Amino acid sequence: MSQNESSISFDFTDRAKKVKLEAIGAHVYYDDNHVLKDINMIVRENTITALIGPSGCGKSTFLRLFNRMNDYIDSFQLSGQVLIDSQDIYERNVNVENLRKNVGMVFQKPNPFPKSIFENVAFGMRIRGISKKTELEGIVEDALKNAVLWDEVKDRLQKPALSLSGGQQQRLCIARVLAVKPTVLLMDEPASALDPIATAKIEELINVLKEQYTILIVTHNMQQASRISDKTAFFYQGQLIEYEATRDIFINPRKDLTERYITGRFG
Amino acid sequence: MKIHEKIIVLFLWMCSSITVLTTALIIWILVKESVAFFEHVSIIDFLTDLEWTPLFSAKKYGILPLLTGTLLCTLISIFVALPIGISIAFYLSEYAPDRLRSILKPTLEILAAIPTVVYGFFALTVVTPFLKDFIPGLNTFNAFSAGLVMGIMIIPMISSLCEDAIRAVPDSLRQASYSMGSTVFQTSFKVLLPAASSGIIVSIILAVSRALGETMIVSIAAGQQPNLTLNPFETVETITSYIVQVSMGDVPQGSIEFQTIFAAGLTLFIFTFFLNNLSHLIRRKYQEKYE
Repeated sequence: MSQNESSISFDFTDRAKKVKLEAIGAHVYYDDNHVLKDINMIVRENTITALIGPSGCGKSTFLRLFNRMNDYIDSFQLSGQVLIDSQDIYERNVNVENLRKNVGMVFQKPNPFPKSIFENVAFGMRIRGISKKTELEGIVEDALKNAVLWDEVKDRLQKPALSLSGGQQQRLCIARVLAVKPTVLLMDEPASALDPIATAKIEELINVLKEQYTILIVTHNMQQASRISDKTAFFYQGQLIEYEATRDIFINPRKDLTERYITGRFG
Repeated sequence: MKIHEKIIVLFLWMCSSITVLTTALIIWILVKESVAFFEHVSIIDFLTDLEWTPLFSAKKYGILPLLTGTLLCTLISIFVALPIGISIAFYLSEYAPDRLRSILKPTLEILAAIPTVVYGFFALTVVTPFLKDFIPGLNTFNAFSAGLVMGIMIIPMISSLCEDAIRAVPDSLRQASYSMGSTVFQTSFKVLLPAASSGIIVSIILAVSRALGETMIVSIAAGQQPNLTLNPFETVETITSYIVQVSMGDVPQGSIEFQTIFAAGLTLFIFTFFLNNLSHLIRRKYQEKYE
């Protein structure tokens, strides 16, 4: 326990913000494979938290705990608690469909549906039975504006989403998520498949979104983590090694392992 | 290359050319005999005459009654097989746990292994008597029973091809859908169905093609009486069962009666040839989309 106690720290400058996400003694197993080991972590509202660490360190699994996307892996087993707004989301009576409305996710590779741009953004409302055209049009427009894509696509909303560029597709996927008005955004390396210009646009967007959303972002890109995040969590071999304000992690890491990772000496 | 390797290659080439040669020969004979047939009967009569009575003394050579009989049986079978086949495909691909799936799939494929003559007698001796209780005036030989049973026979074909198409949809789309809060049902019908639509259309086309060419079930259960009708409860004759009827009978080779089966066969061949090529075309386009 001593190791974990020292790895948790609370950001006192940010105490005013409400606790949004919380992991308490979370362990994850895939069969005999112990992929997350006793993770304790608090994420406050309207902040951006970067999850970093080498491949296979468990950061993506950790991310997917919060929208229960690990549930689709047959061998997945969790012990400990995962809370959103102080509510255990793995309790029996939790409605997973509603949970995922509140916790949106953006994937590594843009994955728009093979439908029109409009229908992609409207998807979340359609599956919730909203089909009034005027209502949908308003929501779609707002979501596309929030994802800073509106000006580029407003004249071709009925065109297939797959005709957009990679960066535009990714912003479309963000718009699709924003349309159902979540409060948490999970991003799994959202810019790793994009070119530098598209990446810059996504980062800019993430910075704006912070005003309204609590964002967890997995990234392999150290510069990206240092540019956009408020706090950074470093995972290694299933453990949360260090979790601090981003500035502290990058300028003055407490752990030798962290320093070696962020300076690129392994990973 | 060593000489014995060359011999092996030559042997393999010959094996593959046998299939091509057979197809070419069949087409050639079909066309040759049909040309002979159309020297006696005008193509206009063939396509527009409403009666098909080549074996009677008052001969009429209108293919339409056979064509409607064929299409009627095919249509009924597709109406049965399509909804059930697609539902099974979605169940197997998206709902069934792996263990159940590994039992269900081979079981389903047994349906495809039953000889069609068994299906035919099943239609005639079980399905038709059963239906007679509900449908007064149902003929002993009728398109409905034949189509129904043919549909059951085609189910594994549709479900297996559709399942392949659904499984071929990239997993990233399922993840996107689930992460938006969709249920399995919504993911299946709002995301996977449209995404797999070309593969599903291909399966339908191949199923139609299979049903058009099906012979045994319709010969036994639908009857052998050319009948220009869309009433499924009446006796009809399909192109295939007509060919069986003439081939089994004592019609002399080379006579005009004998040549009718080639003209009928060519008609059927044109249909299935067109459908098979259409399915290839769609499949090619569909593969390009995901690569």
